[in-house]
Amino acid sequence: MELFNLAIRSIFIDNMVFAYFLGMCSFLAVSKKVSTALGLGAAVIFVLTVTVPVNWLLNEFILKEGALAFLGENFATIDLTFLRFIMFIAVIAAMVQLVEMIIEKFAPALYGSLGIFLPLIAVNCAILGGSLFMAGRDYTLAEAGVYGFGSGTGFFLAIVALAAIREKLKYSNVPNGLKGLGITMLITGLMGIAFMSFMGIDL
Amino acid sequence: MSTETAEKTQVQKPSEPILSKRRKKLITDPLVDDNPITIQVLGICSALAVTTQMQPTMVMALSVIFVMVMANLTISLIRNTIPSRVRIIVQLAIVATLVTLVNEVLKAFAFDMYKELSVFIGLIITNCIVMGRLEAFALGNKPYDSVLDGFGSALGYSWIILAVAFFRELWGSGSVFGYPVFENIAGLFGGGFSLATNGLMVSPVGAFIVLGLIIWVQRTKTGYIEH
Repeated sequence: MELFNLAIRSIFIDNMVFAYFLGMCSFLAVSKKVSTALGLGAAVIFVLTVTVPVNWLLNEFILKEGALAFLGENFATIDLTFLRFIMFIAVIAAMVQLVEMIIEKFAPALYGSLGIFLPLIAVNCAILGGSLFMAGRDYTLAEAGVYGFGSGTGFFLAIVALAAIREKLKYSNVPNGLKGLGITMLITGLMGIAFMSFMGIDL
Repeated sequence: MSTETAEKTQVQKPSEPILSKRRKKLITDPLVDDNPITIQVLGICSALAVTTQMQPTMVMALSVIFVMVMANLTISLIRNTIPSRVRIIVQLAIVATLVTLVNEVLKAFAFDMYKELSVFIGLIITNCIVMGRLEAFALGNKPYDSVLDGFGSALGYSWIILAVAFFRELWGSGSVFGYPVFENIAGLFGGGFSLATNGLMVSPVGAFIVLGLIIWVQRTKTGYIEH
Protein backbone atom coordinates (compact mmCIF):
# COMPACT_ATOMS: atom_id res chain seq x y z
CA MET A 1 0.00 0.00 0.00
CA GLU A 2 2.86 2.34 0.90
CA LEU A 3 4.46 1.62 -2.47
CA PHE A 4 1.18 2.17 -4.31
CA ASN A 5 0.79 5.54 -2.60
CA LEU A 6 4.32 6.48 -3.61
CA ALA A 7 3.61 5.52 -7.22
CA ILE A 8 0.43 7.64 -7.35
CA ARG A 9 2.25 10.49 -5.64
CA SER A 10 5.17 10.47 -8.06
CA ILE A 11 2.95 10.18 -11.14
CA PHE A 12 0.39 12.87 -10.35
CA ILE A 13 1.20 15.03 -7.37
CA ASP A 14 4.98 15.36 -7.61
CA ASN A 15 4.89 15.25 -11.38
CA MET A 16 8.41 15.67 -12.81
CA VAL A 17 7.33 18.26 -15.34
CA PHE A 18 4.64 20.28 -13.59
CA ALA A 19 5.96 20.31 -10.04
CA TYR A 20 9.75 20.31 -10.57
CA PHE A 21 10.23 21.46 -14.18
CA LEU A 22 12.52 18.54 -14.91
CA GLY A 23 13.14 17.32 -18.43
CA MET A 24 11.75 20.53 -19.92
CA CYS A 25 14.19 20.64 -22.82
CA SER A 26 13.07 17.38 -24.37
CA PHE A 27 9.53 17.99 -23.14
CA LEU A 28 9.36 21.09 -25.33
CA ALA A 29 11.49 19.85 -28.22
CA VAL A 30 9.98 16.40 -28.79
CA SER A 31 6.31 17.17 -28.22
CA LYS A 32 5.30 18.14 -31.73
CA LYS A 33 3.90 14.72 -32.68
CA VAL A 34 2.16 12.16 -30.49
CA SER A 35 4.02 9.21 -32.01
CA THR A 36 7.48 10.58 -31.21
CA ALA A 37 6.31 11.74 -27.79
CA LEU A 38 5.17 8.17 -27.07
CA GLY A 39 8.62 6.88 -28.03
CA LEU A 40 10.51 9.34 -25.84
CA GLY A 41 8.09 8.86 -22.95
CA ALA A 42 8.51 5.08 -23.05
CA ALA A 43 12.29 5.42 -23.17
CA VAL A 44 12.24 7.76 -20.16
CA ILE A 45 10.08 5.35 -18.11
CA PHE A 46 12.46 2.54 -18.98
CA VAL A 47 15.68 4.39 -18.18
CA LEU A 48 14.34 5.91 -14.95
CA THR A 49 13.09 2.53 -13.71
CA VAL A 50 16.56 1.09 -14.29
CA THR A 51 18.82 3.96 -13.19
CA VAL A 52 17.12 5.03 -9.95
CA PRO A 53 17.51 1.60 -8.22
CA VAL A 54 21.06 1.23 -9.60
CA ASN A 55 21.99 4.65 -8.26
CA TRP A 56 20.31 3.69 -4.98
CA LEU A 57 22.67 0.73 -4.65
CA LEU A 58 25.63 2.96 -5.50
CA ASN A 59 24.56 5.55 -2.96
CA GLU A 60 23.81 3.01 -0.23
CA PHE A 61 26.96 0.93 -0.51
CA ILE A 62 29.63 3.39 -1.70
CA LEU A 63 28.75 7.07 -1.46
CA LYS A 64 26.79 7.57 1.77
CA GLU A 65 28.57 8.58 4.94
CA GLY A 66 29.77 5.36 6.60
CA ALA A 67 28.61 3.27 3.64
CA LEU A 68 32.05 1.75 3.23
CA ALA A 69 31.92 0.29 6.77
CA PHE A 70 31.63 -3.22 5.34
CA LEU A 71 35.25 -2.93 4.20
CA GLY A 72 36.51 -2.63 7.75
CA GLU A 73 36.59 -0.21 10.66
CA ASN A 74 39.01 2.17 9.03
CA PHE A 75 36.52 2.91 6.29
CA ALA A 76 33.53 3.53 8.56
CA THR A 77 34.05 7.30 8.73
CA ILE A 78 34.56 7.94 5.02
CA ASP A 79 31.99 10.23 3.40
CA LEU A 80 32.01 10.23 -0.38
CA THR A 81 28.80 12.21 -0.83
CA PHE A 82 30.63 14.89 -2.79
CA LEU A 83 31.21 12.36 -5.58
CA ARG A 84 27.46 11.96 -6.04
CA PHE A 85 27.02 14.08 -9.16
CA ILE A 86 29.87 12.62 -11.11
CA MET A 87 29.06 9.02 -10.11
CA PHE A 88 25.35 9.35 -10.84
CA ILE A 89 25.89 10.92 -14.23
CA ALA A 90 28.48 8.27 -15.10
CA VAL A 91 26.05 5.50 -14.15
CA ILE A 92 23.29 7.13 -16.16
CA ALA A 93 25.45 7.57 -19.26
CA ALA A 94 26.68 3.99 -18.96
CA MET A 95 23.20 2.56 -18.35
CA VAL A 96 21.79 4.43 -21.31
CA GLN A 97 24.56 3.05 -23.49
CA LEU A 98 23.97 -0.46 -22.13
CA VAL A 99 20.21 -0.28 -22.55
CA GLU A 100 20.72 0.95 -26.09
CA MET A 101 22.94 -2.02 -26.94
CA ILE A 102 20.62 -4.56 -25.31
CA ILE A 103 17.57 -3.23 -27.10
CA GLU A 104 19.44 -3.14 -30.40
CA LYS A 105 20.42 -6.78 -29.97
CA PHE A 106 17.19 -8.31 -28.68
CA ALA A 107 14.41 -6.03 -29.91
CA PRO A 108 15.42 -4.41 -33.19
CA ALA A 109 11.86 -3.19 -33.84
CA LEU A 110 11.77 -1.34 -30.52
CA TYR A 111 15.26 -0.01 -31.21
CA GLY A 112 14.05 1.36 -34.51
CA SER A 113 11.38 3.41 -32.78
CA LEU A 114 13.30 4.38 -29.62
CA GLY A 115 16.81 4.44 -31.07
CA ILE A 116 17.22 8.13 -31.73
CA PHE A 117 15.88 9.12 -28.31
CA LEU A 118 18.12 6.99 -26.17
CA PRO A 119 21.32 9.07 -26.47
CA LEU A 120 19.25 12.20 -25.80
CA ILE A 121 18.09 10.75 -22.52
CA ALA A 122 21.54 10.72 -20.94
CA VAL A 123 21.37 14.52 -20.74
CA ASN A 124 17.71 14.72 -19.77
CA CYS A 125 17.45 16.44 -16.39
CA ALA A 126 14.52 14.24 -15.39
CA ILE A 127 16.81 11.22 -15.18
CA LEU A 128 19.52 12.85 -13.06
CA GLY A 129 16.85 14.68 -11.07
CA GLY A 130 15.12 11.39 -10.27
CA SER A 131 18.34 9.97 -8.85
CA LEU A 132 19.14 13.13 -6.87
CA PHE A 133 15.67 13.30 -5.34
CA MET A 134 15.91 9.62 -4.48
CA ALA A 135 19.22 10.24 -2.69
CA GLY A 136 17.78 13.18 -0.79
CA ARG A 137 14.69 11.35 0.43
CA ASP A 138 16.10 8.17 2.03
CA TYR A 139 14.04 5.66 0.08
CA THR A 140 14.43 1.90 0.40
CA LEU A 141 15.40 -0.13 -2.67
CA ALA A 142 11.78 -1.07 -3.46
CA GLU A 143 10.67 2.51 -3.00
CA ALA A 144 13.47 3.71 -5.27
CA GLY A 145 12.28 1.36 -8.01
CA VAL A 146 8.66 2.42 -7.66
CA TYR A 147 9.68 6.09 -7.53
CA GLY A 148 11.71 5.70 -10.74
CA PHE A 149 8.83 4.02 -12.52
CA GLY A 150 6.27 6.50 -11.18
CA SER A 151 8.15 9.64 -12.10
CA GLY A 152 8.87 8.19 -15.54
CA THR A 153 5.17 7.53 -16.02
CA GLY A 154 4.40 11.09 -14.91
CA PHE A 155 6.75 12.43 -17.59
CA PHE A 156 5.21 10.06 -20.16
CA LEU A 157 1.68 11.31 -19.40
CA ALA A 158 2.74 14.94 -19.52
CA ILE A 159 4.62 14.75 -22.81
CA VAL A 160 1.94 12.69 -24.59
CA ALA A 161 -0.81 15.05 -23.42
CA LEU A 162 1.16 18.10 -24.54
CA ALA A 163 1.91 16.52 -27.93
CA ALA A 164 -1.78 15.78 -28.44
CA ILE A 165 -2.68 19.40 -27.67
CA ARG A 166 0.05 20.74 -29.96
CA GLU A 167 -1.14 18.56 -32.84
CA LYS A 168 -4.59 20.16 -32.58
CA LEU A 169 -3.01 23.58 -32.19
CA LYS A 170 -1.64 23.51 -35.72
CA TYR A 171 -5.02 24.64 -36.99
CA SER A 172 -5.37 27.64 -34.70
CA ASN A 173 -4.31 31.18 -35.38
CA VAL A 174 -1.60 32.05 -32.85
CA PRO A 175 0.01 35.54 -32.71
CA ASN A 176 3.40 35.56 -34.45
CA GLY A 177 5.58 36.17 -31.40
CA LEU A 178 3.74 33.52 -29.42
CA LYS A 179 4.12 30.77 -32.02
CA GLY A 180 6.04 27.67 -30.98
CA LEU A 181 7.75 28.05 -27.61
CA GLY A 182 5.61 30.87 -26.22
CA ILE A 183 2.24 29.23 -26.64
CA THR A 184 3.68 25.90 -25.48
CA MET A 185 4.81 27.50 -22.21
CA LEU A 186 1.35 28.96 -21.66
CA ILE A 187 -0.30 25.60 -22.40
CA THR A 188 2.09 23.88 -20.01
CA GLY A 189 1.11 26.43 -17.37
CA LEU A 190 -2.58 25.64 -17.87
CA MET A 191 -1.85 21.90 -17.75
CA GLY A 192 0.04 22.58 -14.54
CA ILE A 193 -3.07 24.19 -13.04
CA ALA A 194 -5.00 21.03 -13.94
CA PHE A 195 -2.37 18.87 -12.28
CA MET A 196 -2.42 21.12 -9.19
CA SER A 197 -5.88 19.76 -8.43
CA PHE A 198 -4.22 16.43 -7.53
CA MET A 199 -2.58 18.19 -4.59
CA GLY A 200 -5.85 17.86 -2.72
CA ILE A 201 -5.43 14.08 -2.60
CA ASP A 202 -4.15 13.10 0.81
CA LEU A 203 -2.03 9.97 0.70
CA MET B 1 29.30 27.30 -38.50
CA SER B 2 32.28 26.19 -36.49
CA THR B 3 34.43 25.67 -39.58
CA GLU B 4 33.51 29.11 -40.80
CA THR B 5 34.74 30.81 -37.64
CA ALA B 6 37.86 28.66 -37.65
CA GLU B 7 38.70 29.82 -41.18
CA LYS B 8 38.10 33.40 -40.24
CA THR B 9 40.58 33.26 -37.39
CA GLN B 10 43.18 31.81 -39.71
CA VAL B 11 42.74 34.56 -42.25
CA GLN B 12 42.98 37.31 -39.67
CA LYS B 13 46.38 38.33 -38.40
CA PRO B 14 47.42 36.87 -35.03
CA SER B 15 47.23 40.32 -33.47
CA GLU B 16 43.44 40.44 -33.39
CA PRO B 17 42.35 42.97 -30.76
CA ILE B 18 41.21 41.48 -27.46
CA LEU B 19 37.70 42.73 -28.04
CA SER B 20 37.37 42.81 -31.82
CA LYS B 21 33.99 43.25 -33.45
CA ARG B 22 33.62 39.50 -34.01
CA ARG B 23 34.41 38.76 -30.39
CA LYS B 24 32.00 41.39 -29.11
CA LYS B 25 29.37 39.68 -31.21
CA LEU B 26 30.12 36.41 -29.41
CA ILE B 27 29.03 38.04 -26.18
CA THR B 28 26.19 40.23 -27.38
CA ASP B 29 24.47 37.81 -29.77
CA PRO B 30 23.17 35.43 -27.07
CA LEU B 31 21.80 38.35 -25.06
CA VAL B 32 18.94 39.18 -27.41
CA ASP B 33 19.02 37.92 -31.00
CA ASP B 34 20.15 34.39 -30.25
CA ASN B 35 19.09 34.05 -26.63
CA PRO B 36 19.59 30.51 -25.31
CA ILE B 37 16.25 30.40 -23.52
CA THR B 38 13.83 32.38 -25.63
CA ILE B 39 15.18 31.59 -29.10
CA GLN B 40 17.18 28.36 -28.86
CA VAL B 41 14.91 26.75 -26.21
CA LEU B 42 17.79 25.43 -24.08
CA GLY B 43 18.16 25.19 -20.33
CA ILE B 44 14.53 25.72 -19.44
CA CYS B 45 14.55 23.10 -16.66
CA SER B 46 16.58 24.99 -14.12
CA ALA B 47 15.41 28.35 -15.40
CA LEU B 48 11.98 27.80 -13.91
CA ALA B 49 12.59 25.88 -10.73
CA VAL B 50 14.71 28.40 -8.84
CA THR B 51 12.95 31.60 -9.85
CA THR B 52 10.49 32.11 -6.99
CA GLN B 53 12.91 34.56 -5.33
CA MET B 54 15.57 36.89 -6.73
CA GLN B 55 18.37 35.83 -4.41
CA PRO B 56 18.62 32.11 -5.20
CA THR B 57 18.17 33.01 -8.85
CA MET B 58 21.21 35.28 -8.62
CA VAL B 59 23.25 32.46 -7.07
CA MET B 60 22.05 30.09 -9.77
CA ALA B 61 22.97 32.59 -12.51
CA LEU B 62 26.47 33.10 -11.09
CA SER B 63 26.97 29.33 -10.80
CA VAL B 64 25.94 28.80 -14.40
CA ILE B 65 28.25 31.60 -15.59
CA PHE B 66 31.16 30.01 -13.71
CA VAL B 67 30.44 26.49 -14.94
CA MET B 68 29.94 27.54 -18.54
CA VAL B 69 33.05 29.69 -18.79
CA MET B 70 35.26 27.05 -17.16
CA ALA B 71 33.75 24.13 -19.10
CA ASN B 72 34.08 25.95 -22.42
CA LEU B 73 37.69 26.83 -21.59
CA THR B 74 38.63 23.28 -20.55
CA ILE B 75 36.95 21.55 -23.48
CA SER B 76 38.43 24.06 -25.90
CA LEU B 77 41.93 23.48 -24.50
CA ILE B 78 41.71 19.72 -24.96
CA ARG B 79 39.45 19.75 -28.03
CA ASN B 80 42.04 18.21 -30.33
CA THR B 81 42.72 15.25 -28.05
CA ILE B 82 39.12 14.13 -27.43
CA PRO B 83 38.07 11.23 -29.67
CA SER B 84 34.65 12.15 -31.02
CA ARG B 85 33.08 8.81 -30.01
CA VAL B 86 33.52 9.47 -26.30
CA ARG B 87 33.14 13.24 -26.33
CA ILE B 88 29.75 13.25 -24.57
CA ILE B 89 31.04 11.40 -21.56
CA VAL B 90 34.19 13.54 -21.43
CA GLN B 91 32.02 16.66 -21.46
CA LEU B 92 29.75 15.24 -18.78
CA ALA B 93 32.72 14.37 -16.58
CA ILE B 94 34.20 17.87 -16.85
CA VAL B 95 30.89 19.62 -16.25
CA ALA B 96 30.08 17.31 -13.32
CA THR B 97 33.44 18.09 -11.72
CA LEU B 98 32.86 21.84 -12.03
CA VAL B 99 29.34 21.53 -10.65
CA THR B 100 30.63 19.50 -7.72
CA LEU B 101 33.04 22.36 -7.03
CA VAL B 102 30.24 24.92 -7.02
CA ASN B 103 28.14 22.65 -4.84
CA GLU B 104 30.88 22.20 -2.24
CA VAL B 105 31.64 25.94 -2.16
CA LEU B 106 27.97 26.74 -1.57
CA LYS B 107 27.73 24.06 1.09
CA ALA B 108 30.71 25.57 2.91
CA PHE B 109 29.97 29.29 2.62
CA ALA B 110 26.23 29.64 2.00
CA PHE B 111 24.50 26.69 3.58
CA ASP B 112 21.00 28.23 3.55
CA MET B 113 21.30 28.86 -0.16
CA TYR B 114 22.59 25.32 -0.65
CA LYS B 115 19.51 23.94 1.15
CA GLU B 116 17.17 26.10 -0.86
CA LEU B 117 18.60 25.26 -4.27
CA SER B 118 18.93 21.57 -3.29
CA VAL B 119 19.14 19.38 -6.38
CA PHE B 120 18.99 22.21 -8.86
CA ILE B 121 22.69 23.03 -8.57
CA GLY B 122 23.37 19.39 -9.46
CA LEU B 123 21.05 19.70 -12.40
CA ILE B 124 23.35 22.29 -14.03
CA ILE B 125 25.18 19.17 -15.26
CA THR B 126 22.29 18.31 -17.51
CA ASN B 127 21.51 21.91 -18.38
CA CYS B 128 21.20 21.82 -22.13
CA ILE B 129 22.88 25.22 -22.55
CA VAL B 130 26.16 23.92 -21.15
CA MET B 131 26.22 20.79 -23.28
CA GLY B 132 24.85 22.65 -26.28
CA ARG B 133 27.60 25.30 -26.28
CA LEU B 134 30.30 22.70 -25.67
CA GLU B 135 29.08 20.70 -28.65
CA ALA B 136 28.40 23.61 -30.95
CA PHE B 137 31.25 25.95 -30.11
CA ALA B 138 33.98 24.88 -27.72
CA LEU B 139 34.79 21.70 -29.67
CA GLY B 140 35.73 23.72 -32.74
CA ASN B 141 37.15 27.01 -31.49
CA LYS B 142 40.12 28.53 -29.70
CA PRO B 143 40.08 28.84 -25.89
CA TYR B 144 39.70 32.62 -25.66
CA ASP B 145 36.79 32.72 -28.10
CA SER B 146 35.16 29.82 -26.28
CA VAL B 147 35.40 31.64 -22.97
CA LEU B 148 33.68 34.67 -24.50
CA ASP B 149 31.01 32.48 -26.07
CA GLY B 150 30.34 30.69 -22.78
CA PHE B 151 30.19 33.99 -20.94
CA GLY B 152 27.77 35.47 -23.47
CA SER B 153 25.43 32.50 -23.46
CA ALA B 154 25.44 32.31 -19.67
CA LEU B 155 24.65 36.04 -19.49
CA GLY B 156 21.77 35.59 -21.92
CA TYR B 157 20.46 32.81 -19.71
CA SER B 158 20.99 34.85 -16.55
CA TRP B 159 19.06 37.94 -17.55
CA ILE B 160 16.05 35.89 -18.60
CA ILE B 161 15.88 33.93 -15.33
CA LEU B 162 16.43 37.14 -13.35
CA ALA B 163 13.56 38.76 -15.24
CA VAL B 164 11.29 35.79 -14.51
CA ALA B 165 12.34 35.86 -10.85
CA PHE B 166 11.71 39.62 -10.61
CA PHE B 167 8.08 39.31 -11.70
CA ARG B 168 7.47 36.14 -9.71
CA GLU B 169 8.88 37.59 -6.50
CA LEU B 170 7.21 40.98 -6.96
CA TRP B 171 3.74 39.61 -7.62
CA GLY B 172 4.05 36.39 -5.66
CA SER B 173 5.67 37.63 -2.46
CA GLY B 174 5.39 41.41 -2.90
CA SER B 175 9.13 41.97 -2.58
CA VAL B 176 12.32 42.37 -4.61
CA PHE B 177 15.54 40.79 -3.28
CA GLY B 178 13.66 40.35 0.00
CA TYR B 179 12.87 44.10 0.21
CA PRO B 180 9.12 44.40 0.98
CA VAL B 181 7.95 46.60 -1.90
CA PHE B 182 4.22 45.96 -1.52
CA GLU B 183 4.25 46.70 2.20
CA ASN B 184 6.02 50.01 1.65
CA ILE B 185 3.67 51.07 -1.13
CA ALA B 186 0.70 50.20 1.08
CA GLY B 187 2.36 52.16 3.90
CA LEU B 188 2.27 55.33 1.79
CA PHE B 189 -1.51 55.24 1.73
CA GLY B 190 -1.75 54.50 5.44
CA GLY B 191 -4.42 52.75 7.51
CA GLY B 192 -6.11 49.61 6.28
CA PHE B 193 -4.69 49.75 2.75
CA SER B 194 -2.85 46.67 1.54
CA LEU B 195 -1.82 45.06 -1.72
CA ALA B 196 -2.66 41.40 -2.19
CA THR B 197 -0.04 39.00 -3.49
CA ASN B 198 -0.83 36.37 -6.10
CA GLY B 199 -0.23 32.85 -4.83
CA LEU B 200 -0.21 31.46 -8.37
CA MET B 201 3.08 33.25 -9.05
CA VAL B 202 4.84 31.32 -6.29
CA SER B 203 3.57 27.99 -7.62
CA PRO B 204 5.28 26.31 -10.61
CA VAL B 205 2.41 27.39 -12.86
CA GLY B 206 3.37 31.05 -12.43
CA ALA B 207 6.82 30.31 -13.83
CA PHE B 208 5.45 28.81 -17.04
CA ILE B 209 3.10 31.70 -17.62
CA VAL B 210 5.61 34.47 -16.82
CA LEU B 211 8.24 32.86 -19.04
CA GLY B 212 5.67 32.36 -21.81
CA LEU B 213 4.80 36.05 -21.69
CA ILE B 214 8.47 37.13 -21.59
CA ILE B 215 9.12 34.97 -24.64
CA TRP B 216 6.16 36.60 -26.39
CA VAL B 217 7.40 40.13 -25.70
CA GLN B 218 11.00 39.27 -26.55
CA ARG B 219 10.15 37.53 -29.82
CA THR B 220 7.80 40.28 -30.89
CA LYS B 221 10.64 42.78 -30.39
CA THR B 222 13.23 40.75 -32.29
CA GLY B 223 10.69 39.72 -34.93
CA TYR B 224 11.64 36.05 -34.60
CA ILE B 225 8.88 33.68 -35.75
CA GLU B 226 8.98 29.93 -35.17
CA HIS B 227 7.37 27.72 -37.80
